Amino acid sequence: MAVAPSSSNASSAHGARAQLQPPTAFLPPWGWATLLLFLLLICVAAPVLALAVPHGSNLHLSQYWVALAGKILCYAMVALAMDMVWGYAGILSLGHGLFFALGGYAMGMYLNRAMTAASGNLPDFMQFMQWTHFPWYWQGTEHFAYALFLALAVPGLLAFVFGFFAFRSRIKGVYFSIITQALTYAAMLLFFRNETGFGGNNGLTDFKVLLGFPVGTMAMSVALFVASGVALAGMFLFARWLVRSKFGRVLTAIRDAESRVMFCGYDPLWFKLGVWTASAVMCGLAGALYAPQVGIINPSEMSPANSIEIAIWTAIGGRGTLIGPIVGAVLVNASKSWLTVAMPEAWLYLLGGLFIVVTLFAPYGIVGLWRQWRLRHG
Amino acid sequence: MRRPGLVLRTLLGLTLLAVVHAAYALTPQEALAIAGGDTDSRIAALRQAVQHPDPQLATFLHKLLNDEVQIDGGMVQVQQGNDWINLATGQAVTPSANAEGVVNNNYVRKQLESARAALDLFSPSRAARLKAVRQMQDDPASVDRGLVEQALKIERDPEIRKRLQLLHAAVLLTSPDAAERLAAAKELAASNYPAVRTLLLSRLDHSDGQHTEIDPTVRAQIEKSLAAIDERLAWSERLGTLFSGISLGSILLLAALGLAVTYGLMGVINMAQGEFIMLGAYATYVMQGLFQRYLPAEVHYSLLAAVPFSFLVAGGVGMLVERTIIRRLYGRPLETLLATWGISLVLIQAVRSLFGPQNVQVDNPPWMSGGLHVMANLILPYNRMVIIAFTALVLLAMGLLIARTRLGLFVRAVTQNRAMASCVGVRTARVDMLAFGLGTGIAGLAGCALTQIGNVSPEMGTGYIVDCFMVVVLGGVGQLTGTVAAALGLGVVNTLLEGVAGAVLAKIAVLIAIILFIQKRPQGMFALKGRSVET
Repeated sequence: MAVAPSSSNASSAHGARAQLQPPTAFLPPWGWATLLLFLLLICVAAPVLALAVPHGSNLHLSQYWVALAGKILCYAMVALAMDMVWGYAGILSLGHGLFFALGGYAMGMYLNRAMTAASGNLPDFMQFMQWTHFPWYWQGTEHFAYALFLALAVPGLLAFVFGFFAFRSRIKGVYFSIITQALTYAAMLLFFRNETGFGGNNGLTDFKVLLGFPVGTMAMSVALFVASGVALAGMFLFARWLVRSKFGRVLTAIRDAESRVMFCGYDPLWFKLGVWTASAVMCGLAGALYAPQVGIINPSEMSPANSIEIAIWTAIGGRGTLIGPIVGAVLVNASKSWLTVAMPEAWLYLLGGLFIVVTLFAPYGIVGLWRQWRLRHG
Repeated sequence: MRRPGLVLRTLLGLTLLAVVHAAYALTPQEALAIAGGDTDSRIAALRQAVQHPDPQLATFLHKLLNDEVQIDGGMVQVQQGNDWINLATGQAVTPSANAEGVVNNNYVRKQLESARAALDLFSPSRAARLKAVRQMQDDPASVDRGLVEQALKIERDPEIRKRLQLLHAAVLLTSPDAAERLAAAKELAASNYPAVRTLLLSRLDHSDGQHTEIDPTVRAQIEKSLAAIDERLAWSERLGTLFSGISLGSILLLAALGLAVTYGLMGVINMAQGEFIMLGAYATYVMQGLFQRYLPAEVHYSLLAAVPFSFLVAGGVGMLVERTIIRRLYGRPLETLLATWGISLVLIQAVRSLFGPQNVQVDNPPWMSGGLHVMANLILPYNRMVIIAFTALVLLAMGLLIARTRLGLFVRAVTQNRAMASCVGVRTARVDMLAFGLGTGIAGLAGCALTQIGNVSPEMGTGYIVDCFMVVVLGGVGQLTGTVAAALGLGVVNTLLEGVAGAVLAKIAVLIAIILFIQKRPQGMFALKGRSVET
């Protein structure tokens, strides 16, 4: 939260003005306090309000709100992951929805297997396809630990391979954005096919059991919500550590002047690839937490529109800061949940307008505006 | 050329009607045999009657098919308006209580219909005869030999004659005379009809241990003819694939041309390009509505009026967007990308609010429907051909505009060196606006063309944006030749793969191939050689 707002654009004049912060404390005291408050809210206040306060009370937190908040926390993780590549490395990905969805699918596979083990019924899509056996790549997904491993490893591996070839050929800027979009589009088409073995159009759904506990109960919603909150806090600390490390400094340097970094003797490939892969793994974890909370994972999560929306959460909150994307994701998704019910017509106007207004007038987002205001007023 | 045939036909008609009326007209006995009795005897009577084509028979068959015939005590009565007429006397009668309407089962109905079609072989209208012979070619097994021979005697139109001869050969294939069968098999090698192929195959059948065709020489000839037909059919299939590939490529090209201007020449990432296509399509829809309202007689030509209109609408909105938004973002490609995505959302929602979220219907004008029969299994639809020609025209116009006009010169100058162009007095801001208007206007033209082959809905543009970018990126930024080659190449490759692997896998394969290709040649197929500084 003490990172200077700096430019993402190598060619602009901002790059020259960006200054490296002298090494300061990992987090300022008020930063630690905010983090603690956040964890208290998530781990103590919310469970008490949801589970201990009786139903009729005004203070009672209904399951709808718990599930919604949990979902938004997952989006915040994705936005944070996006910010690490876009805000700190200058790589705009239009395919982060793919990594998120892959994590969700890995968890969905486990949840389907658990449902089959508990009830003896095969998932709907297999009955529809008249399959009696799970395809070979479902092997082992009945173990939670393996599914969780897949949720992290598959996006990570895909990002590593894709990133290796892309960064090695020094594809960057808009070209990179567009091929990431093509990648997620191709994946969406692939997952839409029934023969791919992931439920086609409908995706994976009908989740009943998670680690032996029934899904859909208040207790489960609260547990997943707490897990999401803790994961988000953990990711934030990880990201903070990463961008302050030497690795992170080089990354920022690459963002601002890649050629100069190369002339200094660094190979940008491994720096970019490292943050790119880490970001994909974070998205995978977010997806794995997301699937059981919304009860379904389907290929529309991979649509190019979803991925580009992730970029706007980050842009609105403020890229190049770590708190910004979290604020952006929470604000945009909360207003989306409200507006799509209250004024469904207005939502696309608002979202489209946000895209335009933020890029035109607030390139560093809400956090950037806040910093400007603070500079001006003391 | 046609005159002798016409005279002959008229003569024959007259003869049938007047002179030999007693001998050839449909007798009451024949009519009764066709209308009543069991199915087999009715069919036999029908076959018999068809040997003497006669307008009365045609009317009678027509009435039978319309359920306007009844039998009353051995007398056939047909309905005329509200009255019943006795077929034998031609007098109006009052049907008795035990009059029974003639009921046709499906088999009889089918036979009646094909008999009626056969009678059309003697119609004075060429179109009716052609239609009849085409219909009979689809099912040569149920065609009557005598009728075809009779028609052959008087037919003078070369195309119909050729078809009739083939049809005759197809009928002869089941003749009891082996020599006739051999000749027929030889003649049928020239046929392109899938139905003939099926017929030949059925003659080769020996599933019950016995050859349908007993004569081995005829069998050999049939096999030879089949091979000849198969080869020709395979060729026309290949031609058909190539055509659909070029057609798909031309659509891609049309959609991507606008992007080639805005992205290729100006460096603006316009994610709303698909929505400008959509605007063009809706402009076409609006133009059709205006014609329906004010010029209903000329409604078929609304599409022509829509061409400039869609260009102006999409181009106008484009210039407005450039003036208000894009202008502030030059040199910040990633931000442009996000802002134009926002524009696309607003445009989608605006059109949804104005026209409703469902598809709207843009009609195909009659002069664009139908197709050119190249071969029996190869029809080139006119609308696809028109779109290919339209794409070529747009491409030509744009090429000339960029290469030969003052505006084109300015656009190229600003693209190459903005500062220098500005120094020598080019009003760069105005050039930017016009170039963006040109790019979006061409997208509007694409939308106008796409109304003829796809759905028109607020979301129709989103499907094109990924493809368009692929085309531009593959072709090389700023390269019109590259864009053309990339679009046509992608179209053909996609169509070929579709035949092998299905539409979805083909698309995935193409996308992955492009991703791999960009690894190798990040500047596209037709990259400019030079030492431009990286940005």
